[in-house]
Amino acid sequence: MVLLTRKIEFSASHRYNNPALSPEENLRVFGKCNNPHGHGHNYTLEVTVAGEPDPVTGMVVDLADLKKILEQEVMRRMDHRHLNFEVPELAGQIPTCENVARVIWNLLEPKIPQGRLHRVRLYESPDLFADCYRNGASRNGSAA
Amino acid sequence: MTMSRGAELKTELGRRYRFAASHRLHSAQMSDAENARIYGKCNNACGHGHNYVVEVSISGEVDPATGMIANLADLDEFVAREVIEPFDHRSLNEEVEAFRSEVPTTENLCIEIYRRLKSFPKAKLERVRVEETSNNSFEYAGDEAVSGSDEAL
Repeated sequence: MVLLTRKIEFSASHRYNNPALSPEENLRVFGKCNNPHGHGHNYTLEVTVAGEPDPVTGMVVDLADLKKILEQEVMRRMDHRHLNFEVPELAGQIPTCENVARVIWNLLEPKIPQGRLHRVRLYESPDLFADCYRNGASRNGSAA
Repeated sequence: MTMSRGAELKTELGRRYRFAASHRLHSAQMSDAENARIYGKCNNACGHGHNYVVEVSISGEVDPATGMIANLADLDEFVAREVIEPFDHRSLNEEVEAFRSEVPTTENLCIEIYRRLKSFPKAKLERVRVEETSNNSFEYAGDEAVSGSDEAL
């Protein structure tokens, strides 16, 4: 098993606000992320695919294919967008790092043409990130 | 491929913190000559320091109301109280109880930080990763984990 990771960057705006909560409660829970005008981040996304290198090509997954999938599924949907209003997959969810990472996982998993999606890591800033992986897959790539 | 599609999607949150501290690697169980041989310049009698980076990973259900595994403000406050305030701009050997008896290698520091953060009440502590310098890093995920993840077992 070999892990291959591709990194992309996108920029987007968002706001944390739960309409079921009062304005005071939203401010208490979400702090400055509740600012009514929103704010934005430069996100860094690391997508890791696990698999055996193909005996003919030597590849776990063709990077050109992966790049195209990331462009279609992530960049077109999220880059220079407002995550609250322009990404239907996030409708009804607070666009936290955790939720955006999970949406990205669900978008990418069925599209990976070779190997399998092992991990999605989304950095909202260099000091804050969310990881998604399937239970049963260890961080090191081995199955349980 | 194998089991993946049906298995639950697990989410972790990682957060990086920083502190600066001094230490000296010296074991009372060895002679001065032995200490010098094993620890080299890290055995320098006057100590030295590092800018440490602590990466804390937690896991749990994402709360539908907040979209969060745990509120970052709670995690930040807990880590500040348990680790950053007692360690930052301190001598680990002189000012952290655990290192009166243990050598403050970054392996031991990792374990000590894990021990301090394990009781975080809002989510499960998955692991602690400490960068002593940008070239050396150490991870600890509790004794039950062999290769950095409970799932590996």
